[in-house]
Amino acid sequence: MSMSIEPNRINSIQTSESELEQIRSSYTKSSKSSLPDILGKVGFWLLIAFIVVYTLFPFYWAIVSSLTPTNDLFVTPVRFWPQSVTLDHYRTVFTDGGFMRALLNSAIVSFSVVVLALLLGTLGAYALGRLHFRGRTVVLYLILSMTMFPAIAILGSLFQMMQNFGAYNTLWGLVIVYLTFTLPFTVWVLTNFFRAMPAELEQAALVDGATPMRALWDILMPLAIPGMVTTALLAFIAAWSEYLYARTFTLTNSSKTVQVAIADFTGNQQFELPFAVRMAAAVVVTVPLLVGVLLVQKRIIAGLTAGAVKG
Amino acid sequence: MEPDISAVEVRPATPRTSEKKRFSAWSGPKTAVGRQQERLGWLLVLPSLIVVFAVAIYPLFETFRLSFTNQRLASVREVRNVGWENYTSLFEDDLWWTAMRNTIIFTVSSVTIEAVLGMVVALTIHSAFRGRGLVRTSMLVPWAIPTVVSSLLWDWMLNDRYGVINSIFIRLGLMADDRNFSWITNRGTAMIAVVAIDVWKTTPFMALLILAGLQIIPGDVYEAAYVDGASKWQQFWQMTLPLVKPALLVALIFRTMDSFRVFDLIYVLKQGSTDTMTVAIYTYQLLIQSSRLGAGSAAAVFIFVCIGLMVFGYSRLITVEEN
Repeated sequence: MSMSIEPNRINSIQTSESELEQIRSSYTKSSKSSLPDILGKVGFWLLIAFIVVYTLFPFYWAIVSSLTPTNDLFVTPVRFWPQSVTLDHYRTVFTDGGFMRALLNSAIVSFSVVVLALLLGTLGAYALGRLHFRGRTVVLYLILSMTMFPAIAILGSLFQMMQNFGAYNTLWGLVIVYLTFTLPFTVWVLTNFFRAMPAELEQAALVDGATPMRALWDILMPLAIPGMVTTALLAFIAAWSEYLYARTFTLTNSSKTVQVAIADFTGNQQFELPFAVRMAAAVVVTVPLLVGVLLVQKRIIAGLTAGAVKG
Repeated sequence: MEPDISAVEVRPATPRTSEKKRFSAWSGPKTAVGRQQERLGWLLVLPSLIVVFAVAIYPLFETFRLSFTNQRLASVREVRNVGWENYTSLFEDDLWWTAMRNTIIFTVSSVTIEAVLGMVVALTIHSAFRGRGLVRTSMLVPWAIPTVVSSLLWDWMLNDRYGVINSIFIRLGLMADDRNFSWITNRGTAMIAVVAIDVWKTTPFMALLILAGLQIIPGDVYEAAYVDGASKWQQFWQMTLPLVKPALLVALIFRTMDSFRVFDLIYVLKQGSTDTMTVAIYTYQLLIQSSRLGAGSAAAVFIFVCIGLMVFGYSRLITVEEN
């Protein structure tokens, strides 16, 4: 990518170190507090506050609504914090057999998908990242293009295949289908992790006569674990949040995932709007993901960074 | 593919070690050891390749094949080839073009707003301030919330009588106190509502990507511009924007592909309502709800080709690896 800065222009500036220091400090921290400065600062902090409120408010609102007694929920004007707190809605969620079954189904499917994708993906990524074989580049391109595959393009034919194999409305069927988006992603990400490791790492082991698989297991794997944890979390989030396949390939409570259940969730109450219970269900479905993301947030941001820089 | 995942490709930077050096531990393919490596390489890749072929590539070919037949789901009717009939009837269907128009409106407006807002947010967060880490963390929240859940959150917030959004608008005096305006069910505003939800969910992600691009711009570039007396505005247009362009472009293309195949966000709120029907929803209804596998496959092929063209554009921007 070309930079549109003229290097000559930058080089031609003749300034002494002390002058430069002065400029630098005046540029980075404005010690003077004149009115425009203060207004700028106030504006800046207002903007920051707006960003935080904008990103967090909807989830805050879901939590507040899920804790508000039904009578307080449907009042005008809206109250921004609860006057009294109730756990009734959570009780409704956790005693709803269908929803609990869906939570279990989602957990089973997501964990299985992650384990399978990580197992197959690590082997494939090791070969693609560290071994030399003909056709490697073609395989890499194939995997990369698979990461951008639109699910809707294969929905119908998958439906037919699943019916033929008796996989329709089963959890194992869903696990296999979810590999369409988790496996290429896992292989691609882990390949890049393996490639980024210095070449010298397993050379010594190989010179000493270790087999490539030993080199993978003893030397590369321990170093790849942080990358694998992040990849596993991202694959888990994708599987947990998936909706289109789950909507299409499940029919009964025995295989419905939590996203389908929550979209159809009405709660037990027949005569009132189910919003509060729905919000409680929404919080229950989201909290596991948020905990995971907060635990590895630095790595996720670093991953995003690397992705963008690649340009 | 589920939008969330492609949105966060974790891609460690391209390694600095050259190909030659990286593989210097291995002998060439002509030696016995080299042949062994070659075998091992294929052996390790094979399981992944088999899965990808079985659940993605084969079904894709099936979709192509089915798009030329009159196949129905779970039907014993005799299947016959119908040539291009599915495609011609697709292109004659007004609903398909409505869906296409909606999809394009949704894609262009959400991606544009996300790019502009994302840039503003990224530039704001780029400056050093106390609590910056916390702000960045908070920005991961909308991204981590499942799409279905975020639709439901906003469905409640946009509720006509008891929704918090209408309440805020009334307090600000932007809306009359009749409290009955339903953003999602009203035909004129439904699209605005779904774009707003998508913007909320994805702008933070866009901002983080742009921020990553901003962070690799060396600081002395700005010092030089400052010495030269360039205004902040000039700095932005003539330095920041060109330098952050690669990161922005990658983010834009990813978002465009994701928006084009949008399904969950809208389907949860509006199902097949024509005012917000997208091409993915149209195809879903044809394939699954009407069981018209052949006709639906033609629509699916069309979507695949559109996204394929976008991927092609994307692949020209990045380099995988060249031996």
